[in-house]
Amino acid sequence: MSTTDNSGGGPRRTSVFDIRVVIASLLGLFGVIILFMGFFGTSDADLERADGTNLNLWTGAGLLVAAAVFVVWGQLRPVRPDEEAPEEDTGDQHTGDDTEQR
Amino acid sequence: MTVLAQADLRLDAGFWDYTLIAIYFVFVLGIGLMARYAVSNSLDFFLSGRSLPAWVTGLAFISANLGAIEIIGMSANGAQYGMPTMHYFWIGAVPAMLFLGVVMMPFYYGSKVRSVPEFMLRRFSSPAHLVNAISFALAQVLIAGINLYLLATLVNVLLGWPITVSVVVAAAIVLSYITLGGLSAAIYNEVLQFFVIVAALFPLTMVALQRVGGWDGLVSRIEQQTGSGAQTGAWPGSELAGFDSSVLSVIGIVFGLGFVLSFGYWTTNFVEVQRAMASKSMSSARRTPIIGAFPKMFIPFIVVIPGMIAGVLVPELARYKQTQSAQTGVDYNDALLLLIRDLLPNGMLGLAISGLLASFMAGMAANVSSFNTVFSYDIWQRYVVKDRDDAYYLRVGRVVTVLATVAAIGTAAIAATYSNLMDYLQQLFSFFNAPLFATFILGMFWKRMTPAAGWTGLVAGTLAAVTVFIMSETGLVGLPGQGTAFVAAGAAFVVDIAVSVAVTAVTAPKAEAELVGLVYSLTPRESFYDPRDEGQAWYQRPTLMAGIALALIIILNVAFA
Repeated sequence: MSTTDNSGGGPRRTSVFDIRVVIASLLGLFGVIILFMGFFGTSDADLERADGTNLNLWTGAGLLVAAAVFVVWGQLRPVRPDEEAPEEDTGDQHTGDDTEQR
Repeated sequence: MTVLAQADLRLDAGFWDYTLIAIYFVFVLGIGLMARYAVSNSLDFFLSGRSLPAWVTGLAFISANLGAIEIIGMSANGAQYGMPTMHYFWIGAVPAMLFLGVVMMPFYYGSKVRSVPEFMLRRFSSPAHLVNAISFALAQVLIAGINLYLLATLVNVLLGWPITVSVVVAAAIVLSYITLGGLSAAIYNEVLQFFVIVAALFPLTMVALQRVGGWDGLVSRIEQQTGSGAQTGAWPGSELAGFDSSVLSVIGIVFGLGFVLSFGYWTTNFVEVQRAMASKSMSSARRTPIIGAFPKMFIPFIVVIPGMIAGVLVPELARYKQTQSAQTGVDYNDALLLLIRDLLPNGMLGLAISGLLASFMAGMAANVSSFNTVFSYDIWQRYVVKDRDDAYYLRVGRVVTVLATVAAIGTAAIAATYSNLMDYLQQLFSFFNAPLFATFILGMFWKRMTPAAGWTGLVAGTLAAVTVFIMSETGLVGLPGQGTAFVAAGAAFVVDIAVSVAVTAVTAPKAEAELVGLVYSLTPRESFYDPRDEGQAWYQRPTLMAGIALALIIILNVAFA
């Protein structure tokens, strides 16, 4: 997320750290491993416990979709490090940010 | 060590499960390292330089509360009481979160205070400030201890690690990312944790529902088991409140839990408010708790419902629910873990364990990160070593983080003596938070209220709660369930108001000029209604979004009554 200096604490480095990239990477990595477990590591006993549902397969696919959503969101509304609005920045630069998790 | 240890809960974690857990921890520490580069002064460390967007602080707002106590405690309550547990979210959280965003946040954010106790200082005086800062700091160390203890027990039971080893490892991990990245590291990890928790619990809930025959299957099995419909609808919740009468129960839940306890917790607890203070504008600060309210109202579906399902689906737990017998080797706190053991295959298992560890650590991290802010700014800088440069207080913050973690290891032992963690926590909340809300709300809306009334009201209210608690412990008043906490909170609230009003009548108020930005009637309206809201999209308007959240809550309460 952009770090604009709006606190009067003197000049500061501006980082372009985007938590969405981190979330997408983690969910994606988890998704790949769990999907792989769904294809190769799920025994008949596992299937029976879940009433025939291959839980790993579904969860892995779901995680990959979630990761993709974060990637797309990050592409559509990238973090802009140097917005001209140190004190009065209204959240407009992240318009749309808060709709995703609802 | 009675919480989880008796049952045979050892999970059959395999290579890939451990791989998932390891990957998760690499990310946790990586966030700490990355956040490190954004820390160049104490405001960065303690309040993320007030720079975060609203969706991040909004998710952190609820995630900070989604610790061990919430996950284990609420699924336990789900197994024991059923649907009335939903009140902890729908009645006991969301309305207060909306109130915080709409009414109180302009004072907190607009006055540029760095902590909730600092608000007490500006509005009242040093005694009120000190009472608040010390009681908050103590509570945080206690709760951090509970989180750490639960984390260690979980690792011990699930994976077989010795308790001491897991305590030290978990404490070391939390310590390293908070000392590195401060509040930003805590907040970013809370956001990450939120998604891991949902990714773990949502599939668990789906498969558990499928096994139990859907919602209808769950309802009919619980009704069959308990012989009534009391656990399958949210109201009146007599068992939960501990009152036989339905009317008293509804009053107890709405006023005790919904008003006094929850408003006290959500609107004055610095762990929560700190997340909003870290956001980048007034509008973002106000939206923080409001954005958080939306996931908050749906979280119980993946926490409470699995607990309820475990109560009928897991044979040992169903037997325990009917007999209350220790011979079953399980109790309600095991509900979620038993369900994970019985339903999840390897792979999902690793995800679930990561999610639980994530939640336990984030809970503790939230306690530690708010503790070090209050201790450094409000106790150390204010009363002990004043007027040093900013770099000094940043160093203090890092050292205090280490000390707090060590103290939490000590308080973990206190948590071990209580089997029902929710009861224990409710007691803590009523001691510290219920009178706080009374003092804040009076102070914000009544300019006449004096500095002396600020601290005497707080002390009297806290003592009232302690008195009710002692009377209940010694058997003078008998209320099962959460009734004692509700009554204690109510007593604290009433006594606080009464004492504050009485003391105000005989002492001198502060000059009005000192109260601008802190008291409603003395604060210009421009600072309440952000003119920039005009140009914002509808979903960025705090009041409108709060209205939508409130409507949803009413719908949920009616739909699941």
